[in-house]
Amino acid sequence: MKVKSGSFLEVFNYKDLLNQLVSRDIKLKYRRSFLGYVWSILNPLLIMIVMVIVFSKMFNRSIPHFPVYLFAGRILYEFVIGACGKALGSITDNASLLKKTYVSKFMFPLAKITSTLVDSLFSLGAFLIVIIFTRSPFYWTMLLFPFIFLQAFIFACGMGFFLAQLHVFFRDTRYIWNAVTTAWMYCSAIFYPIDMLPNWLKFIVEYFNPLYVYIKQFRCIAHQGVLPDLMTVGLGFLYAFLLFGVGVLLFKKNQDKFILYI
Amino acid sequence: MAGEEKTNELEEKKIFTSNAQRTTTVEKGETIIELNDVTIRFNKNNLKVDNLKEYFVRLVTRQLMFQEFIALKNINLDIKKGEAWGFVGTNGAGKSTLLKVVSRILKPSSGTVKVSGTVAALIELGAGIDPQLTARENIFLNGTLLGYSKAFIESKFDEIVEFSELQDFLDSPVKNFSSGMKTRLAFSVATAVEPDILIADEILAVGDMRFKKKCATKMSAMLKNGTTLLYVSHNIASVKKQCNKAMWLDHGNIIMVGDAAEVCDAFKAEMDSPTPILLPAKSNEKK
Repeated sequence: MKVKSGSFLEVFNYKDLLNQLVSRDIKLKYRRSFLGYVWSILNPLLIMIVMVIVFSKMFNRSIPHFPVYLFAGRILYEFVIGACGKALGSITDNASLLKKTYVSKFMFPLAKITSTLVDSLFSLGAFLIVIIFTRSPFYWTMLLFPFIFLQAFIFACGMGFFLAQLHVFFRDTRYIWNAVTTAWMYCSAIFYPIDMLPNWLKFIVEYFNPLYVYIKQFRCIAHQGVLPDLMTVGLGFLYAFLLFGVGVLLFKKNQDKFILYI
Repeated sequence: MAGEEKTNELEEKKIFTSNAQRTTTVEKGETIIELNDVTIRFNKNNLKVDNLKEYFVRLVTRQLMFQEFIALKNINLDIKKGEAWGFVGTNGAGKSTLLKVVSRILKPSSGTVKVSGTVAALIELGAGIDPQLTARENIFLNGTLLGYSKAFIESKFDEIVEFSELQDFLDSPVKNFSSGMKTRLAFSVATAVEPDILIADEILAVGDMRFKKKCATKMSAMLKNGTTLLYVSHNIASVKKQCNKAMWLDHGNIIMVGDAAEVCDAFKAEMDSPTPILLPAKSNEKK
């Protein structure tokens, strides 16, 4: 396919490279560990057990099947925040490479976000274990999970591109991002019921926190067994494409200057 | 003979995944690289600010001044297919910058660059090698980084392995390799396909004598087949030997262009002589 050098569409010419970069990340994460890929399931499971022990006493009354509720929130939070965090350093980490050969620079954040997505899909296995173990019901709506991960993936790409280009020029972006993620976690109703928030704050979180929009949809299909309302789905896609557009645009505009700063 | 036919077939197929490395056919003697009035400018002051805190401090104290540094100044260059160009000059003359412009790593601040053909850069081999991965995995990673498709690397895999002489170490992680082994691996991948333009920046310094010779043979074979070579080296003798054309750069300016032997001799005379012959060096330094 003929595309202009530097355009986002160039990534389609590098499909094989994406494949290599993603499989490298996944391979290296588990190589030389005794349990290998099992860690992808075991790790979230262990964290879950701790969180359930701590929080279930607090919120058990108001939320049925609390572990499922908690896990549904956490899995999306971990994906989006993890993907963005890895994408953030992806350009600066590959500095030596970018100085020596021409590659579409979009590849590096994209590869990190994709490998985090694969990791998150592995941990859906842990989610299944939680459901079975706590004897929570299964719903057919659970099969709709790819639609929610798709929204979150597009959102994470936009955010990741934005952060990656910012980090090239300002190396303290990482510290700012770390602070933001902590605040974001507390604002996303991951381990408490959203109704606990005062009305004005609840309104902000429900409509202006894209991460919560995705968590809400996932809880609809996996925790309550209902379809998310169209308004929420629409909002989810709107935020995803909006951020994707901004991220790609800024990244594209600044990518020629990367070489001077890395 | 059968092997030759096979490679010809492959070349006809679309072997590159990216349009970064388009396979266009350029007739011998046709212009393959054209630089038109290329200037590269850096803002020296801004490059020192790499965090938000510093940026705001300077914004408030109004220290975000523009201090220009010109790495290349109005360079015009016309390279024909099949030529071998050497670039000479002292450190900081702009040789590597020029090669970065040709390989699209650096965009010129003004002027235009036209490159018609596939470019393979052997600038510091091994940039795309991940020490944690095995040699086999690295061949695929490095190959895809250079823009080759996976299918193409698979078809050339045996050839790459044979050239690198790493058959016995294919499945051990590259971090255990010696630097010579790493260079062999990278060189074999980079030259698996015969590119239209080969960019070499002081690469043959690593590896044992035998492998160096093997690389030189491979490079001459490529040149014979019509590959255009851009070569940077401080070793004047090797430039004279490898190249037929040369350019002498100094502080971003072209001092001399022409026949390799002539330019090399002039450059060598300049370096040996205590007073400048061609360079406006004295007046430059006083500024």
